[in-house]
This record gives sequence, C-alpha cells and structure tokens, in this order.
Amino acid sequence: MTDKTQDWIDIAPLDAVPRLGARVVRREGRPDIAIFRTRDDRIFALEDRCPHRGGPLSQGIVHDCRVTCPLHNWVLELDTGRAVAPDEGTVRRFRVRVAKGVIQLARADLVDGNGAGETGCDAEAGLERCA
Amino acid sequence: MSNGQKMNGHAGANGSERGGRQRERLVVIGNGMAGMRTLEELLEIAPDLYDITVFGDEPWGNYNRILLSPVLAGEKRPDEIVLNDRDWYADRGIRLEAGPDKRVVRIERGRRVVIAADGTEAPYDRLLIATGSRPILLPLPGRELDGILTFRDMADVEAMQAAARTYERAVVIGGGLLGLEAAAGLQANGMDVTVVHLMDRLMERQLDGPAAAMLKRAIEARGISVLLEAETEALLGNAEGRVRAVRLKGGREVPADLVVMAVGIRPDTELAQAAGLHCDRGIVVDDTMLTFDPRIHAVGECVSHRGRSYGLVAPLFEQAKVAANHLARAAWASYRGSVTATKLKVSGVDLYSAGEFSAADGAEEIVVQDSGAGVYKKIVLENGRIRGCVLYGETVDGAWYFDLMRSGTDVSDMRRQLVFGQAHLGDSGKGGVNVADMADEMEVCGCNGVCKGDIVHAITEKNLFTLDDVRAHTKASSSCGSCTGLVEQILASVLGGDYSEAPKEKPLCACTDYPHDVVRRTILEQELKTIPDVMAFLEWRNPDGCATCRPALNYYLLCAWPGEYVDDAQSRFINERAHGNIQKDGTYSVVPRMWGGLTNPRELRAIADVAEKYAVREVKVTGGQRIDLFGLRKEDLPAVWRDLARAGFVSGHAYGKALRTVKTCVGSEWCRFGTQNSTALGVALERLTWGSWMPHKFKMAVSGCPRNCAEATIKDFGVVCVDSGFELHVGGNGGVKVRVTDLLAKVETEAEVLEYSAAFIQLYREEAHYLERTAPWVERVGLAHIKARIVEDAASRKALYDRFLHSQTFAQKDPWAERAARPAEREGRTPGDEFAPLALDLA
Ligand code: SRM
Ligand SMILES: Cc1cc2nc3c(=O)[nH]c(=O)nc-3n(C[C@H](O)[C@H](O)[C@H](O)COP(=O)(O)OP(=O)(O)OC[C@H]3O[C@@H](n4cnc5c(N)ncnc54)[C@H](O)[C@@H]3O)c2cc1C
Ligand code: SF4
Ligand code: FES
Repeated sequence: MTDKTQDWIDIAPLDAVPRLGARVVRREGRPDIAIFRTRDDRIFALEDRCPHRGGPLSQGIVHDCRVTCPLHNWVLELDTGRAVAPDEGTVRRFRVRVAKGVIQLARADLVDGNGAGETGCDAEAGLERCA
Repeated sequence: MSNGQKMNGHAGANGSERGGRQRERLVVIGNGMAGMRTLEELLEIAPDLYDITVFGDEPWGNYNRILLSPVLAGEKRPDEIVLNDRDWYADRGIRLEAGPDKRVVRIERGRRVVIAADGTEAPYDRLLIATGSRPILLPLPGRELDGILTFRDMADVEAMQAAARTYERAVVIGGGLLGLEAAAGLQANGMDVTVVHLMDRLMERQLDGPAAAMLKRAIEARGISVLLEAETEALLGNAEGRVRAVRLKGGREVPADLVVMAVGIRPDTELAQAAGLHCDRGIVVDDTMLTFDPRIHAVGECVSHRGRSYGLVAPLFEQAKVAANHLARAAWASYRGSVTATKLKVSGVDLYSAGEFSAADGAEEIVVQDSGAGVYKKIVLENGRIRGCVLYGETVDGAWYFDLMRSGTDVSDMRRQLVFGQAHLGDSGKGGVNVADMADEMEVCGCNGVCKGDIVHAITEKNLFTLDDVRAHTKASSSCGSCTGLVEQILASVLGGDYSEAPKEKPLCACTDYPHDVVRRTILEQELKTIPDVMAFLEWRNPDGCATCRPALNYYLLCAWPGEYVDDAQSRFINERAHGNIQKDGTYSVVPRMWGGLTNPRELRAIADVAEKYAVREVKVTGGQRIDLFGLRKEDLPAVWRDLARAGFVSGHAYGKALRTVKTCVGSEWCRFGTQNSTALGVALERLTWGSWMPHKFKMAVSGCPRNCAEATIKDFGVVCVDSGFELHVGGNGGVKVRVTDLLAKVETEAEVLEYSAAFIQLYREEAHYLERTAPWVERVGLAHIKARIVEDAASRKALYDRFLHSQTFAQKDPWAERAARPAEREGRTPGDEFAPLALDLA
C-alpha cells in the first residue's frame, strides 16, 4: 500500500521492465503511461500515445534514449518527449525514479492540479536528461 | 553527408583535449579532395586519436575540384565550392599550413619529419600522402611562352578568366572530359574556342563512335570548333613572348592568345620517389592503402593500387574510407579497386558512360539511336550482366545501370525493356514519366501523399543530397518504396552535375556503413553470436543500433546459428513479440494456422468460442485462406492463445517475417480437372515449413492444374500440378509490384517438391537481405544462380535441405503453446509479463 502522503508512488520492481523494453501503466479514464528502460537501466516515463496518430509507444523498439513508434516509425526522445527531426511533436512526460529497486512515479504528475483533467509534468526539474 | 552536418558534430572535440595526454602525430601532405575526405572519415570514427597537421600548396582550405568547370563557366561562384574552410580546421584543432611556401619539399623517413619550402618542419608518427596528380605539359617547342595554361586548380581558373577578359582566341589541346569542360567554360567567357584532338573521336576513352559523333555535333553547335586527328607540333609566340598560334603537323596554324593543355594527368609521386618509397606509375599501396613504409599511407590520384590509378572522386572516396579505418586502428576495411562512371559537366550536353563500352568476345550490345531526338544509348552485356553503358541525350538511367553493373545483377529477364530505362519496368508504377516534365502537383508517393513540388522544395531548401535525406524530410519513398526510382530521378534532375556521390552498395542502416552482405559474411567469418558482438566488431555508430538494424541482426544471427543463438525479443518488431498484428488503435489481430486452408467444424467452433469469449470485434476471412480475429486487447492475447492452443491450433504467423500461408485449391480429390492432390500437398508443405523465420514474409500455394486457382504463379514458391508431376515456380509477388514467378524446375514426386521447396527457402534465408522478398532477391542474384544451387547440383540441394531441417528442429515450437505451458503465466498477470499492464494505486 502506498502512503497517501508520499510524493512517490510505487509502480513495480525495476526488473518488471526488460532492458531496451517497456511496460504500460494503466490509469482509469486517463491515457496509459509507458515506462521505458534503457540498456544502462535508466528509466523514463511518457504518455503512451504517439504525437503522430496515437500509436502505443510502449510497443516500439527502444534504442539508446529513444523509442521508435510501432505504427509509422516516428522516433521519440525518451527524455524530452520530442519527436526526432524532421518529424515534429511532443509527448507528455512523467517524473519517474528508481528507489531501492522499485520504479516510482511522482504523485503530483498523476493527479489533477487544477481539474483540467490532463496530467504529467510541465516543469524541467526532476526529469532525467540523456547525455 | 554534407559538411555542415559533420561540422556541428565535431566542433571543438579536438581542441578541448589539446595539451592533455600525448597523442600520436598525423601529418597529411596535400590539402585536396582525397586527403580531406580521409580526415573527415577519420574524425568521424576516432575524433581525438591524433594531433593533425595538414600541408597544402594551394593558399586556401579544401574545395570541390570537380566543380571548377562550372566556376569557369560562371555558373558557380568560387565560395560555393568550398568543402572545408579554414574554420573547419581550426574548430577541430587541425594545424593547417597552406600556401605556395608551404609546399612540402622533403620527407625524411629516418627522422620521421616532413619539411616545407619555407623550412617549416613537422614530425610525424603516421604520414598520409595525398598529393593528387599533375597535369601533363606536352614537351612542345614554345611551351615556356606566356598564355600557356593547364586546368587543374583554382589558380588556373582565375588565370583563364583573366585571359578571357583581354584576349579573344583560345585553343584547347585535348578533347577529353577536362578539355571539353575547359572549352565550354572559355566559350561561356566569350572566347573563340578551338579544340585540337589527337584521336579520331572525342572522349575516346569513354565513348564509342556514334556517341562521340553526336557529342561533336553538339559541341560544334555551340560555336566551338573541333579539329580531330590533329597533332600539335609547336606553340608559336609573338614579339612580347606571348603565344599567338598553335602549329599542327602538316603545317596548319590555328591562331591562339591562350592555350590550355588538357591532355592528361600524371600521379604526383615526386616527393614519395625522392623519399625512396616504392612507386610505379603512382605510389604503390596495398589493399589497406599502406605504402611500402608501414608508417605511411597514401590515397587519391597519386597512388597506384593493383596497377591502377584513378582520376575520379568516387574511387578516391572509397580509398579514403579504407585509409581512415586503418589510421583509426580499426584495421578491418580493405580496398579492392573500383568501377568508375563518367558524366560530362557541360550544361546542355547530357552524357554518361560507365564500364566497358565496346563489346569484346562473348559480349553483346543493345543499341538505341535516335539522331533526330539526339538520343543514343548503348548497353554492353556479358553473361546476362551489364558490363558497361554509354548514354547520350537521356542519362537519367545512368545511375540505375551503374548500380545494376556494380551489383552484378542478372538482367536477362528485363533485357527487352532494359534500354528504355527503369520507369518502363513498371518499377515506379508510373510508367515512362520524365521527371523534368512532371508537374509540381503530381503525386509521387502515394503512401504519404507527397508531390513532386514538395520533394524539389525540400531538396533545394534543406540541401538534401541522398535518398535517405529525402525520405527523412518528406516521407516520400519511406513506406512501400515503390516510388524510390522516381524520387531518385528527381534528386538527380535537381542536383544535376553534382554527381560526386557515386551509387554504392547501400549500408544496412544509418548506424553503419556496411551493406547487408558484409554484415552477414562477417557474422559467419568472425563467429559473432550476439547483437552487441556484431555491433562492437563492426563499430556500429549507435550502441543499441536502431529499429532498422536490430531486427535485421537478430534474424541474421538466428539464421547463422540455429539452436545456439538466443533470440532477442527486444529486437523484434512488436508483432513478432506479441504474435499478433498491431492495429491502428493499438489492439491486435490473431490468425490461427489452418493448414493448407483446410478446416473443420471442431476448429470453427473453437474459433467461434474464442471470438465470443474475448469479445472479438470483427471476424474476417483473409486473402490467404485463414480466419482473422480483430480488436483483441494485448492483455488478453496469452489467454486467447491458450484457448486456441488447447483446440489444437498453432500460430498462423500472419504477423511475421516468416512462412505465412500455403494456399491450396480443391485438387484431384473433388475437382473435375484436378491432376494431383494439391490440398494434401499444400498441407504437407505447410507442415514442413511453418515456424521458419525468413528475411521477409514467405507465401506458398499449390494449384491442382494449370487453371491455377490458388494463384501459385504470384507466390514466393508456387506449385502447379500437371499430369506428369509438378511445376515449381519461384520469386512471385502480389503486393506493391506484381511479379510473376519464374519456372525453377519440373519434378515428378511429392517428396521432390518438399525437398526443392525447403532448399529454395534455405537459400533465400541464407542469402537475401533482411526485408527483401524473394521477387527482388531472385532479380538481384539471377535465376541462373538459384538453379545452379538447387536444380543442377543435387548435393548442394541436399545440403540446403538438411540445413533447413536442422534449423526447423528449433523453429517449429509454437509460440502460443510454449507460452501457455509456462505455469506462472498461465494466469497472465505476473510482473515481468509484457502483456499485463501495471497497476497504478493512487489511493
Ligand atoms: C489480413 C490480410 C488482408 C485480408 O484481410 O485478406 C492482410 C493484411 C495485411 N497485410 Fe497483406 N494481407 C493479406 C494478404 C495479402 C496478400 C494476398 C495473399 O497472401 O495471397 C498480399 C499480396 C501477395 C503477396 O504478398 O505477394 C498481401 C500483400 C501485402 C503487402 C505487400 C507485400 C509486397 O511484397 O509488396 C504488405 C506490406 C508488407 O508486408 O510490408 C502487407 C501487409 C499487411 C499488413 C500486415 C499491414 C500491417 O503491417 O499491419 C496487414 C495486417 C492486417 C492484420 O492485422 O491482419 N500485405 N497481403 C491478408 C492476410 C493473409 C493471411 O491469411 O495471412
Ligand atoms: C576541372 C576538373 C574537373 C573534374 N571533374 C571531375 C568530375 O566531374 N568527376 C570526378 O569524379 N572527378 C573530376 N575531376 C577529378 C577530381 O577532381 C580529382 O580526381 C580529385 O580532386 C583528386 O583528389 P586528390 O586529393 O587525389 O588530388 P587533389 O584534389 O588534386 O589534391 C591534391 C592537393 O595536394 C596539393 N599538393 C600536391 N603536392 C603537394 C606538396 N608537395 N605539398 C603540399 N601540397 C601538395 C595539391 O596542390 C592539391 O591541392 C575533375 C578535375 C578537374 C581538374
Ligand atoms: S491492402 Fe493490406 S496493408 Fe493495405 S489496408 Fe488493406 S490490409 Fe492493410
Ligand atoms: S502513430 Fe506513431 S508514428 Fe504514426
């Protein structure tokens, strides 16, 4: 059970996500979140919805700090959420971390701040960047 | 790749590390095209291995020498042809010593230093000689007069342009490529030009008689005089010591205030020879571009490789790549010589030639000549392969012929259309369009809705040079690829004369320069057994590769090491990981295998049960005689499979680069025309081959008689039953570009059908490029090659068959049954199971 007062919510052990792979976090009434793991065990979280035509990014092939969408091969940067040029578009990011071998998402990114219904992280702080 | 891109990539990489650890010193002599290309390649793979010094006797950075002709003609400005300006060197911490006084005059191999004219010394650990060549100055009386020039560098161009401002009459000695470009350039500067040529036709080394005659007419039509079979005897001067005429053998004098000698080049070996390096015509190098001194490499026009010197940039760039590879200590690349193609860069004259143009013994010619339209094409064939071509007036297909020639493609089957060009093969589906005549609004790429105007715009605005660039920026040709030929033609027509990138074998993807075949061969030769091993050995640029190369490497390894290689799930496209087809809404479709298209009430009932239980949104009979269940959620897939597996189904692999379906017709069991039991044979074929992973999807069919109801003649492997046995057809394709099969053989027994099919599949598995279907593969390697391995050589067929059976012992494991058998996952919701979503508990 996750404590309500905590800022970070446990999702799954790190090993639940394969290296160079992804898992989906299902949310009721909200778009899914895709959790990605790179070769060197960095974890990133993006909305599981390609800015092109909504393809499930979690089903793509992960390479370096990027994922290739399975529907029409757009490539998205895991850290910035941006499509690699010449494609243009951005996908929402979520703060994520691994604590004691457990993947955690930031609570603030998951609950409505102002009732707008959208969630995710708009700030740069707390988001890991690729080299 | 454009220099702009490279510049950003490396800015400062070198400078920041200077003064740190002691690096080896690399000195380059010759600031020209081959030397600087080598440095660019080297910096790409090993940016900070060396402290680099470059000596050049021209007073600027490096420029594109081949574009001197358009500069002379006033079509380009000098600054437009700069390849590496002085900042380029500075940004990379390269010391540039440029100018006439920096001409290197001595190499002291004992002390390992080079010395320039002004006394500057530079010690080296490694030396690269790239001094190019020198224009030949005929030893004619009067050659010391003013107004005698050659055509080699920027200074020559400036001198010619200056002369054109004061004087009127020019003679160009030499009617080769360079001479004609000089003549056209001088004429564009307003001079009266005469070309004096020793031989009986222009460009005799590239052109045959008819093409040369057409060229002569075109040159004369622009007002340039051409004198053939004319040998210059002397250069005559006036009182001021300037040339006034050229005297030919026989006494004729041609007035001239300017004479340009363009009679050939000689590799510049002076320095190397003085230093005691072994030279013949050029500096002798081995396949690693190393001279006889193990510290000294050489590249470019100055070298002699396997007895040949080259005077065109494409081969020099290949050499540069190899030299860089060895300078970077990667040490596996080798240079084996080049095939070259030439194109004349005189605007308004379209001329292309490659390889041999005269038919020697055993070769034959296809010639089309339309003097009225100013078109001449000759293709020289030998053993069904292109040995050379000469194109005049219509050169768009030059690159295509050159490609076919270099890849050694068997063109026997397209022989009759060959000379009409690629468009006529229906490759683009837009038959015979001349891209220059196409309207901007005309759609080129049907998949992505890209018009010609969009492509032209992107090429000019974004400075695109390659097909891949155009794909990335416009999406044209990035989907089904059927418009690739058209896009290439548009590129060629927009870029025009800048053909310095010769077509080469395509790299597997942007992560590497190696083409598929090299990668496959290296995996076997070096016994590489994992994806990271392959990437490390072949120095992949991106550590994890990309979505293009990872699936290819996974397949190549799987095929090379059956039973041994451990499949990498993360390197498979999602369909092959999920054993279903991903749909536009993220759901999946599932196709159970129905052997030979046969089914029965029990199976149909099981499918119906699954459809109801998992709320399948649509049930459809497919074009491949199977049943497709649409709209399944990913998390339900394991359970769907379990239920289907319990009913006896295996996966239909409708999603995979694998054996898809074997279509059958009714056959002799029921049909009044049937000659054999095509249905049972189809089932046997499918039982033999299901589960096998392939370079691309693979479809089969068996028809019971020549009425061919199973459409066997557009399948990868098709069987048409006849009274006396079975016709085996290969290399057919429905799809984007329809191709009818070739007849491989006729056999008498069902056992033979099975053996031949398995051998054919195995050959395809071992030799084709990933994502190359049998149709393009058969066209590329030629039916003769396939017959030689499968029909004419029984031992080879048997060996292929055995290898196929061996690999099938590991491949024929139903992924559904396998998964359903795993106890923990029978329940479907364990962590680590990619199918189950993770829960989010916000409470
Ligand atoms: C289901 C089916 C259409 C149908 O409802 O009938 C179908 C559906 C798809 N075809 Fe097909 N093709 C189907 C028969 C065909 C046929 C006819 C045949 O097999 O007899 C052809 C032409 C024959 C051929 O391949 O030579 C065909 C030529 C293609 C092509 C073009 C291939 C080519 O070489 O040009 C593609 C694109 C590709 O594979 O890259 C394609 C790709 C696809 C994909 C996989 C597109 C995709 O990547 O998602 C479609 C998947 C839909 C799905 O989820 O099932 N499909 N497709 C047919 C399944 C046959 C089966 O039972 O397995
Ligand atoms: C007008 C013209 C048109 C051409 N058109 C084409 C074409 O259409 N297609 C094509 O493929 N090729 C063409 N070429 C040929 C192509 O330009 C050459 O093959 C290519 O430039 C050779 O490269 P390189 O590095 O070997 O020699 P270069 O580019 O000549 O470089 C050698 C450099 O080394 C310098 N150097 C020599 N000795 C010393 C020394 N001792 N110390 C210091 N520096 C030294 C030279 O001054 C020169 O700058 C053309 C050439 C010319 C002149
Ligand atoms: S033809 Fe094939 S690929 Fe095209 S929409 Fe139909 S099923 Fe999809
Ligand atoms: S939906 Fe992702 S690339 Fe089209």
